[in-house]
Amino acid sequence: MTPAKVALQLCEKYASEIEAILARYPAEEKRSAVMPLLHLAQREHGYVTRAAMDEIAQLLNISSTQVASIVGFYTLLYAQPGGRHRIQICTDLPCALRGADEFAEQVCANLGVKLGETTADGQFTVEAVMCLAACDKAPMFQLQNGTGISYHERQSAEDVRALVEELRAAGAGRGETESE
Amino acid sequence: MNEFLLLRHRNPGEEDIAELDAYLRLGGFQAFEKAVTQMSPQQVIDLVKDSGLRGRGGAGFPTGLKWSFLSDRFPRYVVANSDESEPGTFKDREILERNPFQFLEGLMICAYAAQAHVAYNYCRGEFWQLAQVLQQQVAQLLERALLGDRIFGSDFSLQIHHHLGAGAYICGEESALLESIEGKLGQPRLKPPFPADRGLYQQPTVVNNTETLANVPLIISRGAEWYRSIGVEKSCGPKVMCLSGHAKNPGNYEAPLGITFRELIFDMAGGIRGDRQLKAIMPSGASAPILPATDAVLDTPMTYEDLPRVGSQLGSASVIVMDETVDISWAAAKTTRFFKHESCGKCTPCREGTYWMDRLMQRINNGRGALADIALLREVAQQIAGKCLCPLGEFSISAVVSGLELFGDDFGNGAGNGNTPEASRSG
Repeated sequence: MTPAKVALQLCEKYASEIEAILARYPAEEKRSAVMPLLHLAQREHGYVTRAAMDEIAQLLNISSTQVASIVGFYTLLYAQPGGRHRIQICTDLPCALRGADEFAEQVCANLGVKLGETTADGQFTVEAVMCLAACDKAPMFQLQNGTGISYHERQSAEDVRALVEELRAAGAGRGETESE
Repeated sequence: MNEFLLLRHRNPGEEDIAELDAYLRLGGFQAFEKAVTQMSPQQVIDLVKDSGLRGRGGAGFPTGLKWSFLSDRFPRYVVANSDESEPGTFKDREILERNPFQFLEGLMICAYAAQAHVAYNYCRGEFWQLAQVLQQQVAQLLERALLGDRIFGSDFSLQIHHHLGAGAYICGEESALLESIEGKLGQPRLKPPFPADRGLYQQPTVVNNTETLANVPLIISRGAEWYRSIGVEKSCGPKVMCLSGHAKNPGNYEAPLGITFRELIFDMAGGIRGDRQLKAIMPSGASAPILPATDAVLDTPMTYEDLPRVGSQLGSASVIVMDETVDISWAAAKTTRFFKHESCGKCTPCREGTYWMDRLMQRINNGRGALADIALLREVAQQIAGKCLCPLGEFSISAVVSGLELFGDDFGNGAGNGNTPEASRSG
């Protein structure tokens, strides 16, 4: 795979979005677009592929290593694939004072995983994350997947179970096989 | 307070002011129009200076003074800091969600004062949904010609762009935030030069917190004297206090600066869940020293100048309350884990120190700590103090050092967070 061939993927599919992103910054400061472009790339595959990093680097006239360092530094960006849906539970102090650790344990037990692990069908990764600015509505988590990030507040393990069922059903409806 | 000034959406009978038309009907953008058509940029800066408004992000620096420091070079930039990530802080999110136009109007007035033609709103990446909405709201302002070229027929033109972070607490530090917009790692810069001289793209830049900016239209509309009449002498104006932890009714509470912790926790928020004893409060999220819930502390006015007198800081007024069931070493282990995770790695004392404090705190908290670990913990904290480029290093030791000093007994036994099945039910 040559970089030039790879470079067409994001640009072809998201030409107008990429143009709008670049227009937010001075022409000589294109590098500023690296994070918006990485967010875009991540929504495509659930993580930032090597090919996407190369393409973004080429687009912004920086090295692939510089792009990779951004992915490594910021916790919302992933260089490795995870579950199709990431259930990211805040377990910082204010949430933990309202039962977030116990909530995380129950969610994990119901899915049969430990924190940081992905279910065998590749659908759900459960992670403990740092403060999400929703301390008064704990326990809470954010759901990260191909459609973006959504907040789920004042949650119980039962709420999560229902959401998981819903997402599984929606996935099956789209023809995502269990073994995918 | 009779009237909500920042959380205006909570006023009884108020329309949904996240809708532009409703915000306009209630006098929205008249302050911006007044500034652009009737005041010089310098007059705006002087008025904000006179108001006594201080930065609501935590540092409490006088806002007008910050604006007046801009170097005489162009282009200039203004940047809103909506990277709200401090554990215990969730006020900017409510303002952005429910009263977005008051914030945007403040940002626009700030841009006029700074004579900047481009403003960025740096939103933490987790606020992805919120940023989508904000982007539409900015588009509406462009349609109504409240943004764009030659606003109100003046020479002033302005564009606002949103920039999403991607999960890094350190980007709330203003120079790290600017690095992040520039597409680099979010690591603080060596200062000076300060952003007012060399900020975004090395140009003069103002960076202000979201809540700070939401105060600005009030000052322009109603004047500095009115604004100073709210709160106390050196801490003026309304403030959104975030209350979390074991409060009966956690949430955001808007009150004039200068109310006491007792008023906030007991009068406004109904006290402690399960009517347990209040043991300790953290007045500024995870960053400031823990205070024991003594009468002297509870009766301390929440101001920038009174908190240091009892050994802590007002910061962003994000109050975490802990009842008698909490083991303070467990709480300090939580904050230490946070700062270890969020250390950007630039300064060795913070990068290595938070790593070692985390290991020690885990060991102590698991009941496997030795007496020597306490001494080592103190020593590591001392090695971080005063040796880092930005305040994160300092923040990381606050809970540990104050916890050891004031709740030493807790560092000798096992974990506890008040969430035994019995405790949870009472919540």
